[in-house]
Amino acid sequence: MSTQDIESESDTETDGSGELPQPHTIRLELVDEPGQLLSALQPIAENGGNLLSIFHERGNLTPRGHIPVEVDLECPPDRFDIIVDALRDAGINVIRAGAEHFGETVSLILVGDLVDTDLSHTLHSIEDGAEATVTDVSLSAPSGTQEPSSARLRLATRSGKTDEALAVVRDIAAEKDLHVVEPLTEGSA
Amino acid sequence: MSLKLAILGAGAVGGSVLDLADDYGHDVVAFADSSSSVSDPAGLDPGSVHARKERDGVVGDDDPHAVFDTDYEVLIEATPTTLGDAEPGFSHVKRALADDRHVVLANKGPVAERYGDLRALEAESAGTVQFEAAVGGAIPVLSTISDLGPSHVTAARGVLNGTANFILSRMAAEGLDYEHVLAEAQDLGVAETDPSFDVDGIDAALKFVILANVLSDGDAEYRLDDADVEGIRNVPGSALDLAAEDGRTVRLIGEATSSGVRVAPRLVPQGSALSVTGTQNIVQLETTHAGQLNISGRGAGGPETATAVLSDVSRLE
Repeated sequence: MSTQDIESESDTETDGSGELPQPHTIRLELVDEPGQLLSALQPIAENGGNLLSIFHERGNLTPRGHIPVEVDLECPPDRFDIIVDALRDAGINVIRAGAEHFGETVSLILVGDLVDTDLSHTLHSIEDGAEATVTDVSLSAPSGTQEPSSARLRLATRSGKTDEALAVVRDIAAEKDLHVVEPLTEGSA
Repeated sequence: MSLKLAILGAGAVGGSVLDLADDYGHDVVAFADSSSSVSDPAGLDPGSVHARKERDGVVGDDDPHAVFDTDYEVLIEATPTTLGDAEPGFSHVKRALADDRHVVLANKGPVAERYGDLRALEAESAGTVQFEAAVGGAIPVLSTISDLGPSHVTAARGVLNGTANFILSRMAAEGLDYEHVLAEAQDLGVAETDPSFDVDGIDAALKFVILANVLSDGDAEYRLDDADVEGIRNVPGSALDLAAEDGRTVRLIGEATSSGVRVAPRLVPQGSALSVTGTQNIVQLETTHAGQLNISGRGAGGPETATAVLSDVSRLE
């Protein structure tokens, strides 16, 4: 085996066995001290993570008096646990680094007797069935429960799985006699 | 070259073709409504035909089918769209093609419901069939697809029902509910007394079924039954309010893609190409090598649709 062959093989391995990077969200708690954020981000970069966005809620404290920070990053699937371990080794409090990896967001509107058909149950069914997270809900029921109401949902779905998630929403809505105003995802056709 | 036209259907479209034919250098030699017809080998005078219809409720003294016995070259089929067997429109087309005459349709029925039958009859005839006016009124959708070649267009989507679009855009702009705006649209003559054809998405679906038939270019045949259709009756004002808060709006969008035909209210970004307002129509073509093409304009109305009919006639010369 030539040197070149060995090199190209090891390249493949650092790329996560050829698997594409996936987006992940990590929620951290930082102590309100200078340099904390930087020291939290270093283990991510050093272990092959690519930072996508950082949401630093400085005015908002967790019940323990810490500052919540949400980090969106991208990394090959086999790197994610290594990054989380590196963060914990560095003394960073990782609150949530679940198996969720959501890459796309999509908005839709549900119409119908949303309250009587148990909106909470509807949302849970969507999260469970569509492997999606409901990140935002706005309800408008101008006539109370007498007339159909509307709810705008924002769903975070796994990359490339938006169409499947929408199909699940359609099925759940049909069971409860609700209507879905779906987004026009241009170019998906 | 001047062609001799026979017009079946004395509604807004047929009447406008009668009025405008001369402007395109053609002669209308026969004209029929549902109960009568009139003909003149030297060309009819539109004014006197309209006057007779106004006065007596008929256009002439002959039977409607007498138009087929005249010396016409192109049949303009502008009778009301019917579903299922698409009669009597389909028989009109069949008769003209059997006599080796050309046919230009404004009637969507035969093209949407019996596309294969229509093409089979055309193949046996010296005449050809054109139907630009059946899709999007004055907007040159089919001629654009024909220029590009159907195999270079992977999808068509857009807004092809002015009534539903008027209602949705008024609801969004005024914060009014469906019933209010429907009543307003009926007062303005934008919506029919029975609006179901428009607001239930059937009219838009027929147009996208026709587009699907044209795009599949003989590989598959679509009918209205194959389309997944949802109208706008279930879109309350509150849904439009929530959409607007998020920078979006709701439009009755049709799609003709390789996976079939679908018409449904959809969320689209405010100010995007597909969020046309009022009775405006738009078609967006997805092309293989040239990205998206958007064509918009007036998708209904007598003179607008007659313009598409007469463009089709000119293509026959």
